Amino acid sequence: MKPLTAVEPGTRLLLGVGFFVLFVAFWSAMTFGGVVSKTFLADPLTMLASGWNLLVEQGFMKDIGMTVWRVLGGFLIAVVIALPLGVAMGAYKPIEAMFEPFVSFARYLPASAFIPLLILWAGIGEAQKLAVIFIGSFFQLVLMFAVTVGNTRRDLVEAAYTLGASHRSLVRRVLIPGAGPEIAETLRMVLGWAWTYVIVAELIGASSGIGHMITDSQALLATDQIIFGIIVIGLIGLVSDFAFKALNRWLFPWAQLGR
Amino acid sequence: MKGILNVRGVARRFETPGREPTVALEATDLDVAENDFVTILGPSGCGKSTLLRIVAGLDHPSAGEVLLDGRRIAAPGADRGMVFQSYTLFPWLNVLDNVCFGLRERGMPRAEQLDLANAFLAKVGLDGFAQHYPKQLSGGMQQRVAIARALANGPRILLMDEPFGALDHQTRELMQELLLGIWEAEKKTVLFVTHDIDEAAFIGSRVVVMSARPGRIKVDLAVPFAHPRHYSLKTEPRFAALKAELTAQLRAEVIAAQVAQPALT
Repeated sequence: MKPLTAVEPGTRLLLGVGFFVLFVAFWSAMTFGGVVSKTFLADPLTMLASGWNLLVEQGFMKDIGMTVWRVLGGFLIAVVIALPLGVAMGAYKPIEAMFEPFVSFARYLPASAFIPLLILWAGIGEAQKLAVIFIGSFFQLVLMFAVTVGNTRRDLVEAAYTLGASHRSLVRRVLIPGAGPEIAETLRMVLGWAWTYVIVAELIGASSGIGHMITDSQALLATDQIIFGIIVIGLIGLVSDFAFKALNRWLFPWAQLGR
Repeated sequence: MKGILNVRGVARRFETPGREPTVALEATDLDVAENDFVTILGPSGCGKSTLLRIVAGLDHPSAGEVLLDGRRIAAPGADRGMVFQSYTLFPWLNVLDNVCFGLRERGMPRAEQLDLANAFLAKVGLDGFAQHYPKQLSGGMQQRVAIARALANGPRILLMDEPFGALDHQTRELMQELLLGIWEAEKKTVLFVTHDIDEAAFIGSRVVVMSARPGRIKVDLAVPFAHPRHYSLKTEPRFAALKAELTAQLRAEVIAAQVAQPALT
């Protein structure tokens, strides 16, 4: 194989789908072939059947809706606060000097470790779930926004100044629009991480959501339902990723040029 | 005081902790008359770009001052348009909005902005590319837009820092003719930095040769060729004679630079 050579779209799709097929085939061989006991791992067909049962009989759609709502809610609150702070840190060095050390420290605090504290402070209601997502994504977002804005090409900054730009309009008309595509890319990535936090938040002290269903299934040793829940999360993640990529292409057509 | 731009004893040192400061530019005087086209010619690292950046207000002199129309320069401003060697069009704006950037900054009504921008795009021969994004244009076209963007702003003086340095030879020659044509028609004051002898002699009305580090002005020559200049000028004996003189001056400096800083060459 020749390194870095592009692959045809047809072949690309075939290879991508092919691995999924291979994965399911291996899983089927392990379960149907009796290598792994049903107690530990459900086979694909059982998983699909109980997934259908979950959706139709047990109102799993509502759980999915709750989880999506929590992720988007917590993430949105984080973005609304992180965006102005991150942009300000990237643009103004004193602001960066003040917040950067703390944010760098805070982003290594594991969001899941806050759950006991958050239950104490916010109970086991929605506020606690949103808070977990917030803590998990806010500090990452701030730092990445700040780096993106701070990395604006200096020659573009100089060009803007020689065209008569004021300091304010440099931020508004150069730093922010120039950082747009990277900011959108950051949102896409961190939203993916937010998904991992919500499940953890729902494993403890929740009465609804995908994570709650998984905990319940654990008590019943229903590996088929657990796997179905995991796959649903994966699918939602995949869909949101595609949606984000399409949105970015539509919002920033100029960033796609010359790639 | 003569001229619109006066460089008075401008020097620039770069301080490195624990080492002798590097003198990039020795005390330099330069006066540029209205509608003059001055090319600054010098070897790499002679401080010619530093001088231009100080005039632009993007760098600060360690000593001396720069006056534009008698007023001291402290910061960059729209009265000194600049075209850079790197491609500095804003990639998120199309060609038309790039040219409008400075006009919008001044609060000019949109209709006027568009009229002016379209007129300047026509002058650089890019009226058909208003809606293109910079990445869709070749390097030469991007620099033409950059020239239109700087000129549309109506600066007192146009500063050009090796603007054709990244272009191939043929494109470069066409760009020189284009710029010369615009200058002959518009009568702008231009300060143009280059290390290309042909370029300096062909487009300049006056060539200033700078010495190797520490930079200072060594020779200041009026270019005797009448306008409008045709590209065939480059093949004439009188052009060759001027080129020979500039080459001799510059060679001495390049050699001096190599002797002084063998590690950097």
